[in-house]
Amino acid sequence: MAIYDNIKGIEEEIIKCMKCGNCQAVCPVYKETLAESGVARGKIQLAAKILKGEAKYTPELYKKFDLCLQCQACSANCPCGVKAHKIIMAARAELTRQNALPFAKKAAFNVLRKPALFDFGLRLGSTFQGLAFRKNATGMSPRFPIGLEMRRVIPSLANKPLRSELPETNKASKSRKKVAFFTGCVTNYIYTNVGKAVVEVLNHNGVDVIIPKEQHCCGAPATINGDIETGKAMAKSHVDIFSKLDVDAIITVCGTCGGTFEQKYVELLADDPVYAEKAKAVAKKIRDISEYLVDDLKVDFSKLGKVNMTFTYHEPCHIGRGMGLTRQPLEMLTKIPGISYKAMKQPNRCCGGAGSFSLTNYPVSYQILKKKLDDIQGTDSTVVVTGCGSCRMQIEDGLSQEKMPHHVMHVIEVVQRAYQSKK
Amino acid sequence: MSKAQAIEALVKALGKENVITEHEELVCYSFDATADMPSQMPDVVVTPTNTHDVTEILKVANQYKIPVYPRGSGTNLCGDTIPLKGGIILRMQKMNKIIEVDADNLVAVVQPGVIINDLNVAVAPFGLIYPPDPGTVATATMGGSVSECSGGLRGLKYGVTKHYVMGLEVVMIDGTVARFGGKTVKNVTAYDMVKLFTGAEGTLGVITEITVKLIPAPETKKSMLAYFDKLEDAGNTVTEIVRSKVIPATMEIMDQVTIRTVENFSKVGLPTDCEALLLIEVDGIPEVVEREAATVVKVVGNNNGKIKVAKDDVERDGLWAARRAALPALAQMKPTTVLEDATVPRSKLTEMLVALQNIAKKYNLHIGTFGHAGDGNLHPTILTDERDAEEMKRVHQAVDEIFKVALELGGTISGEHGIGMAKAKYLPLEFGEQGVEVMRKVKRALDPENLLNPGKMMG
Repeated sequence: MAIYDNIKGIEEEIIKCMKCGNCQAVCPVYKETLAESGVARGKIQLAAKILKGEAKYTPELYKKFDLCLQCQACSANCPCGVKAHKIIMAARAELTRQNALPFAKKAAFNVLRKPALFDFGLRLGSTFQGLAFRKNATGMSPRFPIGLEMRRVIPSLANKPLRSELPETNKASKSRKKVAFFTGCVTNYIYTNVGKAVVEVLNHNGVDVIIPKEQHCCGAPATINGDIETGKAMAKSHVDIFSKLDVDAIITVCGTCGGTFEQKYVELLADDPVYAEKAKAVAKKIRDISEYLVDDLKVDFSKLGKVNMTFTYHEPCHIGRGMGLTRQPLEMLTKIPGISYKAMKQPNRCCGGAGSFSLTNYPVSYQILKKKLDDIQGTDSTVVVTGCGSCRMQIEDGLSQEKMPHHVMHVIEVVQRAYQSKK
Repeated sequence: MSKAQAIEALVKALGKENVITEHEELVCYSFDATADMPSQMPDVVVTPTNTHDVTEILKVANQYKIPVYPRGSGTNLCGDTIPLKGGIILRMQKMNKIIEVDADNLVAVVQPGVIINDLNVAVAPFGLIYPPDPGTVATATMGGSVSECSGGLRGLKYGVTKHYVMGLEVVMIDGTVARFGGKTVKNVTAYDMVKLFTGAEGTLGVITEITVKLIPAPETKKSMLAYFDKLEDAGNTVTEIVRSKVIPATMEIMDQVTIRTVENFSKVGLPTDCEALLLIEVDGIPEVVEREAATVVKVVGNNNGKIKVAKDDVERDGLWAARRAALPALAQMKPTTVLEDATVPRSKLTEMLVALQNIAKKYNLHIGTFGHAGDGNLHPTILTDERDAEEMKRVHQAVDEIFKVALELGGTISGEHGIGMAKAKYLPLEFGEQGVEVMRKVKRALDPENLLNPGKMMG
């Protein structure tokens, strides 16, 4: 029974929790609120009530489950191996079934389901963003309340989305492999250079890169918020798009997108007679860019050009705990000649971004971010490297608010620099 | 409608934001870490930030005759923070300041909401440690730990929490603030009230400030893993090591059920055919550690055991991984983990281990036993499923028998977990009715209306 379709499907996971409270030690939200409802143990008991039919949707109940970053630290730290983050997702899905999402979220996800409209909206946004946002040194802040926190600094939308800048097929000069590239929204609309870096580095390694034009949002924002219907529609569409391609791998540059393809699509479509197997086949091909370069292509990074840079690394939750890639990004970066790595105290502690969480829970989100910023401050580095666009937006906001001099790069941009300096 | 009036009075005293009555939040305070306990919702969750707040809250509770349950992180294993009779959950987590680290006097003064591990982090730069180390050291609060008088892995050499509490500030049910003890090593003035409130499980007063003793951190440590084909050999080894005047910091035992489960679960390379293993760690000055380790190796050999000594920190971590995996490995086998706390004099360890094996057979239950062999504190862990009513009946019978045997061997019903509501019924077995009555008199004198953590320990 799929956990997203029926909360009964997560019963065994709920029963497994022995309520030891060990999750308190690692939950970033709990560390700020110190409320039992903020931590997995409390939420699991609330989920048990929903399961038994003793609790039904109320806005307050939905809010309890909403206050979770899905950073998975609780699950990683649980002595009983309870997948607490999945219980929370199953509860969100159940509550959303009982009562529709708040209007704003619902409207947003409806747009996600219409890729063309979503694309049109963001293109329009790029042209007219100056009306709503005020530019500052590092990005933009909202000019008037539009549902975003007024203090928040967000990056500008790119003038041209990545997918309309690059051709659908990007052939290498000496091609030996072929991959598809799932760009994800943040890379497509904001950090387009990340996408260009992926293509450039892969081409350097003799890999042809196909960027399917009809791809769109992976659906994680909808699924994570409990809108399973939208999540499934997105999953089916992407399974169709990527199934028909004859490629060795599907490259992602964000743990949330990667994990959605690799795990959530399989879970969402587990009971579907047509899509279950197809989703598994697509999932097997998913590789984060760091994983693909290190494990599949076995690139010798020590032979690349020199990059004079002292960096610290923030491990995105969905790259580290989500996709299990704790070794690859650092293995890649630290081998590049000239580069120096200064580890922060807790590289794998959530930055508090968590996609829409940072928009709807800005004060808590910022408190969590503040700890990350202190950690960065303590490292004697000038660059923060990470592997996720959402984390990057969050950290850039903080660096700007605190007037810190660091700048943020995606791992692949560092590798791109190493290739460029070799020339 | 006294409850509604009481809540109104609490709001007036503490402000709306510190008085929670939202149903969804109350559900989250209806349980603690104890398995197989009834859950009960409080009427209100109140969050004080200083002693004055606590005074105000207790005055309201006293005036309206509403029960109060002091609560830290809710990690206790005896049902002590379940609000059995409804009322006020007194959430102490935001009183979490380390007030002072006084390295000259080897003491620290903390508020009750400080996490134990945070205190250790704060005293580490002074080369000091706070030795009590319950398994929940990263989550449990100092207040909870003092109230439960919790123990831990280092109990053999370093004792339990009460051996480190030097002074307390306590608020009584009528709002009176009393201070006992202090920073002096020698303090024999009048009744030892510090010891009385330590381990009182929140039934006599609410602790608002704690002065604890710190000790110099041991310079070095050496860990060893010993395997035995016969349970008796392991038990005799424990006794003989201590008889040889070596007091390890840690001497942990795992029985065969636990070894097999751990190995099956985490593949750390344990020999699954041995009947018991001991994890032994000696610590202190390097020369002494060397000498003590050599003695341990000799004693293990004398008792037909095989031993592996960790050469460096990596190997030491490897040995500890096996011990740390014990509970999680057991806990993952079945959904419900009933973790007991029977403790016997060290010399009776083997008898207790054999008795536990027999109890498992008699009631047809899966019991894995691990624990602190050096101090006779065992954690027989019954693996079951609370949805299976028939099996739960046998679990309860087995638990009754475990405590009966422990007491017959001259032991106690709690080595480190406390009494709470889980073990209150066994108290007369240990103290007799007369002993319990003496305690009841103390309870009645300090809390005549039974408002402080009712339903626990003294009923």
